Amino acid sequence: METVIAQPSDYDVDSFEDEIIKQQPRNLVYRNLKFFLAGILFGALLIKAEVLSWFRIQEMFRFQSFHMYGIIGSAIVTGMISIFLIKRLNIKTINHEKISIRPKKFHKGYVYGGLIFGFGWAITGACPGPLFAQIGGGATVVIVTLLSAIAGTWVYGYLRDRLPH
Amino acid sequence: MDINPKLLNEMSTYGIVDYSKVVPGEVINWNALFTLKGLILIVVGGFFVGFGTRYGEGCTSGHAISGLSNLQWPSLVATVSFMAGGFAVANFLLPVILKL
Repeated sequence: METVIAQPSDYDVDSFEDEIIKQQPRNLVYRNLKFFLAGILFGALLIKAEVLSWFRIQEMFRFQSFHMYGIIGSAIVTGMISIFLIKRLNIKTINHEKISIRPKKFHKGYVYGGLIFGFGWAITGACPGPLFAQIGGGATVVIVTLLSAIAGTWVYGYLRDRLPH
Repeated sequence: MDINPKLLNEMSTYGIVDYSKVVPGEVINWNALFTLKGLILIVVGGFFVGFGTRYGEGCTSGHAISGLSNLQWPSLVATVSFMAGGFAVANFLLPVILKL
């Protein structure tokens, strides 16, 4: 079977979009609509799948339920199929950009940072996405958790050079 | 929501009986923010989530789902690390925090 290798697009997407914005400011809404829709879908999914439940996370870390493992496991299978199809059919982004997935470069932060995130996940019952969804799910105090998480990313940036990588 | 009875039993020893909300309202609420327990659960926990995901360059969706489905071994290391961290805290440290 012959594989068709697509030519790179003949315009730069960012400058192309900037051009549109200069012409029509209201296109800013149109440009961000896809993120907005994907975000709504993601939030609704987190609520329906009960992923944002603090109790589901506690069950997961105590091996008391298959629920979270089933969700993460089926998401991995879906991801594998999607990546396979994207590569095989050379699918482009909505802006006609080529999709290329850069290989991750290992450093010690994957272990230390991973462990620290695990501590936080068990305490708050939320990873970064569900933090937003928990607020929408009615736990308004999680706004403080979210702000604290953002502060955490800042502190990382401040300490970056002094941390082992 | 169908929660494992073992978890409900454990939670009741910390005074957590309402599991209908996304977080346990008895310990995570605006008033609890000014207690040591609430401060750890709300502020310290959040800080760990932000700092850890930034340091580890990803979270559940970035490493466990996207990374593993693309067969990236560093993502497997990160996933094992945060599952191990979560396992340790949920089983050994969280019971101490919730009893404060």
